[in-house]
Amino acid sequence: MSTLQEIQFSDAIMSRIHEYIARYPEGKQKSAILPILHLVQDEYGWMSEPVMNKVAEILSIKPIEVYEVVTFYTMYNLKPVGKYKLEFCGTSCCMLRGAENIMDYTLNKLGIKEGETTADGLFTVTRVECLGACGYAPMMQVGEDYIEHLTTESIDEFIESRRNTVK
Amino acid sequence: MGRKIILEHYDVPNLKDYNVYRSVGGYRAVEKALKSMTPDEVVQEVKRSGLRGRGGAGFPTGMKWSFIAKPEGKPRYLLCNADESEPGTFKDRYMMQYNPHFLIDGMICSAYALGCNTAYIYVRGEYKFIIKILEKAILEAKANGWLGKNILGSGYDLEIYVHTGAGAYICGEETALIESIEGKRGNPRIKPPFPAVSGLYGCPTVVNNVESLAVVAWIIQNGGDEYAKIGVGNSKGTKLISASGNIRKPGVYEIELGLSVEEFMYSDEYCGGMQHEGRDLKAVVAGGSSVPILPKELILKTASGENRLMTYESLSEGGFQTGTMLGSGGFIVYDEAACIVRNTWNFSRFYHHESCGQCSPCREGTGWLEKVLHRVEHGTGRWADIDLLVEITKKIEGNTICPFGDAASWPVASAVRHFRHEFEYHVRFPEKIKNREHFASEPMRLFINEFVK
Ligand SMILES: Cc1cc2nc3c(=O)[nH]c(=O)nc-3n(C[C@H](O)[C@H](O)[C@H](O)COP(=O)(O)O)c2cc1C
Ligand code: SF4
Ligand code: FES
Repeated sequence: MSTLQEIQFSDAIMSRIHEYIARYPEGKQKSAILPILHLVQDEYGWMSEPVMNKVAEILSIKPIEVYEVVTFYTMYNLKPVGKYKLEFCGTSCCMLRGAENIMDYTLNKLGIKEGETTADGLFTVTRVECLGACGYAPMMQVGEDYIEHLTTESIDEFIESRRNTVK
Repeated sequence: MGRKIILEHYDVPNLKDYNVYRSVGGYRAVEKALKSMTPDEVVQEVKRSGLRGRGGAGFPTGMKWSFIAKPEGKPRYLLCNADESEPGTFKDRYMMQYNPHFLIDGMICSAYALGCNTAYIYVRGEYKFIIKILEKAILEAKANGWLGKNILGSGYDLEIYVHTGAGAYICGEETALIESIEGKRGNPRIKPPFPAVSGLYGCPTVVNNVESLAVVAWIIQNGGDEYAKIGVGNSKGTKLISASGNIRKPGVYEIELGLSVEEFMYSDEYCGGMQHEGRDLKAVVAGGSSVPILPKELILKTASGENRLMTYESLSEGGFQTGTMLGSGGFIVYDEAACIVRNTWNFSRFYHHESCGQCSPCREGTGWLEKVLHRVEHGTGRWADIDLLVEITKKIEGNTICPFGDAASWPVASAVRHFRHEFEYHVRFPEKIKNREHFASEPMRLFINEFVK
């Protein structure tokens, strides 16, 4: 482990972390792990070993306790992902309204397979389970946003606009 | 028009802002409870209302509260279950998005009744936009003296915090939710002990659904008897139903319990009938993915020919042979073009993915179900597979630590029970189901004619 680079979290992140820890009783700081992991994933993009080790150190728990949690919950990225991670709901209610076709359309357009990232590092496409947007199907989640009532046009528009923002 | 309790003020712009919520009578319930009622009186009021848990199981809320242990020197916790991950369910999100203060209002009354000084709202991690809304509402409530120390000079203290999940359906199960708040994997606990005795950090804990807790505010303000006037039999009050699938108007509706399924399905006030003209209703999953699927004939009428009503009792009439459950209120509608086998495979993939893996019948069984359903749906199924599916569900059901095992079994068992002909069709005519939307051009009823010949 000594070969791994150590990470320092910024002051802004540290102060948010302490805010989270304060929500739980004295000695129960481990409770803050899920929100803290969200916070650091937003910053670093995925759960690298140095990031997880740092979280363990802050919470005074063993690194294995962080790995256990990270591998259980599906929202944590176990490897780097594209700048925009397109998570398509593929569950029943979305499927009934064309989710499979819209996801295939997106994969074809980007020239990648499910789970892959485009060569420019911009887009990753994955399939996830019901996101609680069943009445607004088909839909995908991208970061904090739910993009609902998807059509091939809205997918085109989404991809173009994101490509343009980085040009 | 049905009576609206939860959605009463939905046309009021910016209801999610504190001042607007206050202007429609918000937080009067807290005032009433803290200034003029003892905690026990609040519990009695909720008992009188007949309110049953809106998370899925329908257990009477007031009775659940009366089980909480009160050992000296131990804190008690109230946990609001906003994990909402059951496919077809999106009602809690809807309520929290437009009216977050209603939930806080109800939670303060509830926490006071239970003697809890700390409460957490466990929100699924994907609902980041909801988390922001809730955190803002909590800050507003605190700034206006509804949370914190010595609320309204009553001597009662309460803090409410949001806790973020991270993508695991099983964390909606109450003991998995508790493990998750403790910072662990969401593995359900063996019961007993029940959370009411030993829950979060080993302390007495109550877990309630978002809708159950919010409604407490209305019950306190208007009285339990007033609430109990709505509904029929042991199904009191109103219920949020999230409707999706092949209907004209998907969305969240508040109904008075007792409305007929037919009216809910076809009236313009609710689902508005079928999505595509000329395509008939095939099936409904009435209470979220876990409850048995019913064909058109059995969802509109019970086996004895009575109109099926949106109540706990009517939906479950006939047991699992011919009935289903109200569940979480996730109402999923399938038209003739939908393939029941494909849908069942889809559900089994969900359950396999979401099993926490602690018990072998669930971990292995859900994998088997997915695998067998995959091959039936993709044209390589065998006749024996159809009975095999039922056998697997029997091995899982009742043999697991938590009810997830049952939840994974029922959709499969009921699909084979009511739509066996579709499974047989898949096995017999593999070349006809190659196209993903194999029933889109020729609905199954046309196939059946051919099949029966
Ligand atoms: C696998 C599983 C998932 C569940 N998911 C939820 C959920 O997302 N939201 C919820 O309120 N209850 C859920 N429940 C039910 C809870 O365990 C618990 O019964 C409920 O939160 C109690 O609240 P209530 O009495 O107000 O209904 C789930 C149960 C199981 C077995
Ligand atoms: S039934 Fe399934 S989800 Fe529940 S504890 Fe067992 S393995 Fe986990
Ligand atoms: S099924 Fe896609 S959001 Fe629920």
